[in-house]
Amino acid sequence: MDGVTVPADDPHALRGLASDDPGSASMWKGPASKRIITGYGFWIFILSDIIMFSALFASYAVLIGATAGGPSGRQLFDLRNVVIETALLLASSFSCGLATIAADSRNATWFQVAMAVTCGFGLGFLALEANEFAGLIGRGAGPTRSAFLSAFFTLVGCHGLHVSAGILWLLTMMAQVYAKGFRADIQRRILCFALFWHALDIIWIAVFTIVYLLGSAA
Amino acid sequence: MSTSDQEFGIDVAPGDGPAERGGVAQRIGFYLAGLGLAVLLTATSFFVAGTDLVWQPSIPVALVVLAIAQMGVHLVFFLHLTTGPDNTNNVLALAFGVLIVMLVMGGSLWIMANLNHNMMPMDQMMQMQR
Repeated sequence: MDGVTVPADDPHALRGLASDDPGSASMWKGPASKRIITGYGFWIFILSDIIMFSALFASYAVLIGATAGGPSGRQLFDLRNVVIETALLLASSFSCGLATIAADSRNATWFQVAMAVTCGFGLGFLALEANEFAGLIGRGAGPTRSAFLSAFFTLVGCHGLHVSAGILWLLTMMAQVYAKGFRADIQRRILCFALFWHALDIIWIAVFTIVYLLGSAA
Repeated sequence: MSTSDQEFGIDVAPGDGPAERGGVAQRIGFYLAGLGLAVLLTATSFFVAGTDLVWQPSIPVALVVLAIAQMGVHLVFFLHLTTGPDNTNNVLALAFGVLIVMLVMGGSLWIMANLNHNMMPMDQMMQMQR
């Protein structure tokens, strides 16, 4: 074991590809493991998703003053609601991290508990957002009122759709772990789900800063 | 351990940082540290947005800086991005993504600001067409 160090605790056998033969002395350790390739591919998808969001952010920023005589963000946004939504998403990101740890430790009970908690926080977020949208439409500030509101509903609604898709995925993962256990392919899906869920939280940082905080200051 | 092994070490999947190799308590502590920092930055953002204590024109800049800092916290503590050699691919992909995001957002704002500046107000345009 000259040129290779294998950490004692290596949950995904990431270093398992390194040659045990000290005589081979080659730098080439074979192709990367499937977990790395899957994770990297999904990472590329997430980055392209963020680029799509950047276009929506750009259109919101350009149209922020185009209220067509209608209400502006300062009159519409309720920051207390946004604080609660942010807290829910942050907490769900944390419990998603706990679910990842439980999956790596192959502890099905804690995995299901942490995923259920994550799901609860996500559903709470969606309920608050749906309530906010319904309130805005009820006050005549729907997406058809002005270009500003069209951009607002498109951007925030697109994030909400991503959260909804994430919750469906989350429930699927709970069912798959229940039915199939922590197989290697299930572990890869859990990795991708965790990446997706944490990325949604990063996009929400941009949403509450650009849309709500800067929007209600403008 | 030879240098070549350090330079060409096996990559790590995004989301699987070096923190993945610690004990369970250590890993939970890592997530807790991230959560604490994120809560702190979020609270500061919402406080700064509504305060009269600071010079008003500085508030948007402060909000953007706080948001970028919090994204960094999430990338490090939740997505386990590091500067280590096993993370080079992940960081380079992220850097390219950030470049495109900057081009799309900065370019749109720049072009539209110029366009609004150079465009004749709509009512004058209507009068000219009569």
